[in-house]
Amino acid sequence: MYNSIVMVKQVPDTANISGKVMKDDGTVNRAKLPAIFNHEDKEALEIALQIKEQYGGTVSVITMGPPRASDMLKECFYMGADKAYLISDRKFAGSDTLATSYVLSEAIKYVGNFDFVFAGRQAIDGDTAQVGPQTAEKLNLSQVTYVEEILNVKNNVARIKRKIDGGQEVVDAQLPVLLTVIKGAQEPRPFSAKKIMIYKSAKTLLDLEKIANENSLLYLDELVQEYKDKNLYIETLSTTDLSEIDDTRIGLHGSPTKVHKVESVVLSGGEVTKIEPTEEGIGALIDELLNDHILG
Amino acid sequence: MENVTKEVWVFVEQHDGKVADVSLELLSKGRKLADRLNGILKAVVLGYNVKNIAEETFKYGVNSAILIDHPSLEKYRPLPFSRMMNKLVNENKPRIVLFGATVVGRGLAPRVASNTVSGLTADCTELQIKDVTYLKKDYKDLLLQIRPAFGGNIIATIITPDNPVQMATVREGVMEMYEVETPNPISIEEVEYIEDSTDDLIKIVEQYREESKVNLKGAPIIVVGGYGLGTKENFKLIQALADAVGGEVAGSRAAVDAGFVDHDRQVGQTGVTVRPKLIFSIGISGAIQHRAGMQEANKIIAINSDPEAPIFGIAHYGIVGKAEEVIPKFIDLYKNKLK
Repeated sequence: MYNSIVMVKQVPDTANISGKVMKDDGTVNRAKLPAIFNHEDKEALEIALQIKEQYGGTVSVITMGPPRASDMLKECFYMGADKAYLISDRKFAGSDTLATSYVLSEAIKYVGNFDFVFAGRQAIDGDTAQVGPQTAEKLNLSQVTYVEEILNVKNNVARIKRKIDGGQEVVDAQLPVLLTVIKGAQEPRPFSAKKIMIYKSAKTLLDLEKIANENSLLYLDELVQEYKDKNLYIETLSTTDLSEIDDTRIGLHGSPTKVHKVESVVLSGGEVTKIEPTEEGIGALIDELLNDHILG
Repeated sequence: MENVTKEVWVFVEQHDGKVADVSLELLSKGRKLADRLNGILKAVVLGYNVKNIAEETFKYGVNSAILIDHPSLEKYRPLPFSRMMNKLVNENKPRIVLFGATVVGRGLAPRVASNTVSGLTADCTELQIKDVTYLKKDYKDLLLQIRPAFGGNIIATIITPDNPVQMATVREGVMEMYEVETPNPISIEEVEYIEDSTDDLIKIVEQYREESKVNLKGAPIIVVGGYGLGTKENFKLIQALADAVGGEVAGSRAAVDAGFVDHDRQVGQTGVTVRPKLIFSIGISGAIQHRAGMQEANKIIAINSDPEAPIFGIAHYGIVGKAEEVIPKFIDLYKNKLK
C-alpha cells in the first residue's frame, strides 16, 4: 500500500491570452482567462492512480487556487482520486513560487500519511518548474524531477526512469519522495462516466456556504457532514485551518520576488524588405544572399 | 538593505568532468555583473576529481573558486548537492547566484532558494544591475531579472528587493561565452564535504548520456518551422530547405509540442538561443518567447501566409505566402543558380 498526494494546478489556457489580463501591479488577472487542468499535473495524477491500482493505497489531490479551481478537483474525482483539497484564501493572492511552496508544504503536512508527493514538472502559465523542488525542500523530502515512468515499487523503494539532459537515468528512490512528472510520461485516462454521475455534485465549503445562505432551513455544519458522509465533500482549507501557517510567509508580502515592471514589446519594424512569392521575387532574394556570401 | 555582500556566484555544472556550456556562459555574464557591483566572481564547483574544472573557470574571469570534491558528488543527486549549496549560500550570503536552466539547475536552484529564502526567477533572457525605486523605497544595485512572461508580448522585470540573495536561472545560449584577456585568480577555496544520512536516499542505477548531435548554437544557417506548417508531413519542407542550403532544422515551441520536431531542436526562451548568420522562420507567428531566442540572427527571412504576423516586425526579408508554395520554389531556384 502506497499513499499519494498529487499537487495539481488550474492554469490559464495560454493559447488564449492577450495583454489585457495583466493587472497594473504586474500580476495576472486569472479571473479573465479560460482555465484548464495543467496537463503535466494530470499526467502526475495518472501515475499516482496506477500506483494505487497496482499496490493499493489512496490518492489525494490538493490545489492552491481560487474557488473555481474546484472544477479541476472534480475532474480529479472523475479520473479516480479518493480525496480532494482546495487550499483557498485571499491572503494567498500574489504569492510567488516560494510562498506557494510554503502553503503547499503546510497543506501536505495537514493531509499527512503519504509515501509519494507528485506534481507536474511545471505549469504552463509560468514554466518555472520551481514549486515542486521548493516544496520538497520545505518538507525535507528527496526528489526526482523529470519523471517518465515508475518501473516498480518494492520495500519502500521506487525504481524510477527519468529524463536528464542528453539522456535518461534510472534511480532508486527511498520513500517518501517527491516526484515531478514530464509531458508524455503517461497519457491521462478519460473521465469515467459513472464517476462523473457521482462526483459532479461534489461541493467545496464555499459552495455549501452559498447553499446554506440561500436556504434558511439548512445549517452549514449539517450540510458539510451530509456531503462528507456521501464522500462528495471537497475539503476546503484556509489559513485558519492551517494553524501552523506563518502569515508573513504567504501572499505578496511573503514572496521574495516582486514584479518591478511589465512592458509591452515594441517591435522595431519598418526595416523588412518585402519579397513577392514569385520566381522573380525569390530569385532576386537568392541573388542578394549569394552576393552577400550569406548563402552558397 | 544593509550588510549585503558583493559576491556573484555561478553554480558550475559538470558531468563526468565536462563543464556544461551554459555554466561558462553564465561565468561570462557573472563577470560583467561583478564588475558592475565592484565585487568578485566566484565559481562553485561540486564533484569528484574536479579541481581542474575549478582552475579552468579562471579563464572566464573567476576570482575565486569554491570547490567541494568528494566521491559522493561524483554524479549529480539532488540531496547531497542541495544540502551543500544550502550551507554555502546560508554561510556566505552571496548577492547573486546563477544556475543554468538545465535539468540539474532546475532541480537544484529552487531547493536552494527555498532553503535560504531567496528570490529565484526562471529562464531569464537578460540580467542587469540597476538602482530601483520600488513602492517608494530606493534600492541600490538590484539584480533585474528580465524574462518574457505570460503568453507573449510582455517582458517582465522581476526584482528581489528585501532578501540578501538574488537568484536566477538562464537557458543555454542566452548569454555569450568568452575568455577574459587578463584572468585575475585569487584562490581556490576547498570546502570539506560533510556526509549525511540522507545522501543515499536516491541511488543512480543506470545512466546514459550522449553528446547532443544537434548543434543549433554553432550552426551558421538555421531553418525554423512553426505550428503554421500544420502537419508533420508539411514539416518535411523544413528539412528539404535545410538540406538544400546546408542548414540545421529547428522548430518553435508550438511545433515541438505538436510533435513536428524534437525538443532539442527548439529555438526560443525555453529552448536554445541562436545567433546564426541566416535564419529562415517559416509558419511562425513570432511570439516574444520565440523571438527572444533568434532575434540576434544576422539575417532573418520570414515566410508566413499571415501578413500581420509579428515575425515580420523583426525580419529583414518578409515573404507573405504559403510554405508549400514558397519553399519548393526557393529550393528549385537556389539549386539552379548554384549550377
